[in-house]
Amino acid sequence: MNSNDRSRRTAEVRSAVEAIYRRESRRVLATLIRLLGDFELAEEGLHDAFAAALEQWGRDGIPSNPRAWLVSAGRFKAIDNIRKRSRFQASLSELVRQLEEQAGECEQWEYDDDIADDRLRLIFTCCHPALSADARVALTLREVCGLTTEEIARAYLVKTSAMAQRIVRAKSKIRDAGIPYEVPAAQELPARLDAVLQVVYLLFNEGYSASSGASVLRRDLSAEAIRLGELLVQLLPEPEAMGLLALMLLHDSRRAARATEDGEIILLEDQDRSLWNREQIALGVELIQRSLATRQVGPYTLQAAIVAIHAEAPSAEETDWSEIVGLYDVLMRVAPSPVVELNRAVAVAMRDGPEHGLVMVDAIQQRGELADYHLLYAARADLCRRMGDVSGAVHAYRQALDRALQEPERRFLQRRLSELEG
Amino acid sequence: MGWSPAMAGKQWPFPGDITEADMKYLCLIYSDEKRMNTMDPDELQALGDECEVYCQQLMDSGVCLAVQALESVSTATTVRIRNGKMTLTDGPFAETKEQLGGFYLIEASDLNEALRIASGIPPARIGSVEVRPLLDS
Repeated sequence: MNSNDRSRRTAEVRSAVEAIYRRESRRVLATLIRLLGDFELAEEGLHDAFAAALEQWGRDGIPSNPRAWLVSAGRFKAIDNIRKRSRFQASLSELVRQLEEQAGECEQWEYDDDIADDRLRLIFTCCHPALSADARVALTLREVCGLTTEEIARAYLVKTSAMAQRIVRAKSKIRDAGIPYEVPAAQELPARLDAVLQVVYLLFNEGYSASSGASVLRRDLSAEAIRLGELLVQLLPEPEAMGLLALMLLHDSRRAARATEDGEIILLEDQDRSLWNREQIALGVELIQRSLATRQVGPYTLQAAIVAIHAEAPSAEETDWSEIVGLYDVLMRVAPSPVVELNRAVAVAMRDGPEHGLVMVDAIQQRGELADYHLLYAARADLCRRMGDVSGAVHAYRQALDRALQEPERRFLQRRLSELEG
Repeated sequence: MGWSPAMAGKQWPFPGDITEADMKYLCLIYSDEKRMNTMDPDELQALGDECEVYCQQLMDSGVCLAVQALESVSTATTVRIRNGKMTLTDGPFAETKEQLGGFYLIEASDLNEALRIASGIPPARIGSVEVRPLLDS
């Protein structure tokens, strides 16, 4: 082989390894965490394994099962790493012995089912309710999605060092408190799955509600959340996992229509429906049907069903508000909250007229609930406006403005206010 | 690098197929003494009986190493040595809404199992149970 051939070969192997890294690295990591029992050790093993792959695959060719090769290499690299440290510390030799013994046993990780389980174990460990909500999100992005600490820090507008701290602290708690690497038992599954879905939805909203401009990274969070949702449905097709994925897909289907080029909000009723992503809508609707067929109706599926009615309406005027109110009624029974009640009030206003909705909004306000929630005042303002009560609307828009934090929302409220005052 | 020597002795989360050595956890039981004192005596008695049954159950299954209820926090004395001088203070080290009233020392394979055991401790329904792994267990 001349030097030209050799360098071409090296380039080919490098791009093959890169593709395999993108496709397999998270799975390999999840399995290494199970085999080695430590996040840091597994990550180190993963990187060493890929470094070894670059070298060895260039010489010997790419193995028939790269994933199995990488898991095996990662494990032996990790054992090597501990052995080096054990020279300085006798207590590590016992660990090396255990790991070697285990490595010699039948290599069950070659079965795809086990590897799928490893990814699920990793998700449940990263989203364990014994970790703080912030830590769960950060750890999931880092370990399950494979984002770098810098990327996560940028998306959450915190310093890299602070984010690194958060992740290290979470990993220490996992290790020191004995949070296990397992998919929870059947009786604990609903509650634990809830915690996982919460993390995924938090992630999605973080990206979805991001304003324009410097928020490209944050929009990526929505894409990561959808990918996670797909992974969950694939690994654990529970009705609410399907419901959440449907909800995210349906919201995301409006991405191109929900804001102007310069980031101004376009309300649902004013959106160009031809810009909605029909493929995502169809996927979402199919998931809702699968979830409903299980007859275990949960809040994510119900919310998705509500969004689907909007998605399938040919125009804002043709929206089936009775159906939407009916779904909110069920949602109020399954997962009552003042926010759901507010949304229901708005739907009632659309079905029966603004004065009917206003009574309900006022009732929420009188109970002192949602006092800091800008959308309560925005909803009230809109109802007053539609009833021709200009001073009531102006007052409520001002209250909403006092509480809204997102710039595009503030500009929208300001526009409405100027229209009324002008 | 998050590797720490402390890990060598620990079993997390080495799956069951490597070793089965358990971890030890201390479950600290906190409740509002004032509220407990105003509870209906029958109700309080029933709670006490329930605790006894649960303790016995845990003892019999071997997961419980020690259980102890404490006298009221009003009997507490706090000791501090500063600059070689001892000072004593009446009462607990800090005034809190809920006070330490007892503990269970348990063995469990991991946090999930420890939490399952802790969630069965009857006062968890009234106060709070803090679950803490023992260092070097």
